[in-house]
Amino acid sequence: MERERDAGQTAEAILVRRAQAGETAAFGELVSNYMQRCYYAALGMVGSPQDAEDLSQEAFVRAFKARARLDPERPFYPWLYQILRRLCYNFTRDTSSRRRKLERAGGWLVAEARVRASVDDPERVRATDELRDRLESAIQELPLAQREVFVLKEFEGLKYREIAELLEVPIGTVMSRLYAARQRLAVRLEGLE
Amino acid sequence: MTDDKGRIGRNEELLMRALDDELEPDERVEFERMLLDNPELRGEWDRLSNLQEVTANMRLRNAPEEMWDGYWNSVYSRFERGLAWILVSLGAIVVGSWGAWYFVKDLMADADLPTFVKWSILALIVGLVMLLVSVLRHRIFVSQSDPYKEIER
Repeated sequence: MERERDAGQTAEAILVRRAQAGETAAFGELVSNYMQRCYYAALGMVGSPQDAEDLSQEAFVRAFKARARLDPERPFYPWLYQILRRLCYNFTRDTSSRRRKLERAGGWLVAEARVRASVDDPERVRATDELRDRLESAIQELPLAQREVFVLKEFEGLKYREIAELLEVPIGTVMSRLYAARQRLAVRLEGLE
Repeated sequence: MTDDKGRIGRNEELLMRALDDELEPDERVEFERMLLDNPELRGEWDRLSNLQEVTANMRLRNAPEEMWDGYWNSVYSRFERGLAWILVSLGAIVVGSWGAWYFVKDLMADADLPTFVKWSILALIVGLVMLLVSVLRHRIFVSQSDPYKEIER
């Protein structure tokens, strides 16, 4: 397992070095390796598929421009994630497109297939949809720092340690943000389950 | 409960670890004892467990497959367009400056035009450029800082 991870890191380091030498095909491979993770991380933060695609692609463009600063011996994704989260934070703070963002946000969560398959009663379907809508909007209303940790934990399934490494914060901060997020969401969803 | 710096206490820490299945065996024993002794913590555990049950049944919506097929091309096009804009801007600045320099030189060298007309034309051009820059700067500033811009007037 560890040997596989080391081999993966070595292969990635080679790709990074080739990209640093200006080889766009090597950078293309890095994009293919991380595009999904990058897109879904952005989707969790901004709540709109269109904006998530836009921001995740912009993160790769900026990463390519800044590739000379990347240490090939360190994993690529945490570095890319720092670029992505800065973009998402700026995007969320930018008031000029607030209305557009509200219009676009939504429809980014779906009930798991097994839940959908088991729901054959129209009343339960309606209740599941309502619950999903409420959860979506409640997550959207969380402060971004809490939303980010919540999404990484709940929808990407990362461990506290992995989140802490990705965000470059102590584990205690991860736990307190997650705790605050869950408290707020529990209040918003009370009486719905 | 959190302290002044937003840190959570021992109870909440164990509660979170239990929810996320990150408890050590000895911590699990400690937490189970706390749940029995502390009804408030028990209530919070039930509330957050319910929430977790809801979120466990949800996932992020999948992107359409076509998006991944064209993803790298879109990234590459963005990079190419960025580079093209830099080149166009640089070219426009150099050509514009060069044209302006020759225009002023020819204007000043024109012996048929009275001096006050030459200086008036120059003043007119410089004034127009200053107005344009000022209006653009103001519009950029307003678009970034006006808290009422979303309100339709």
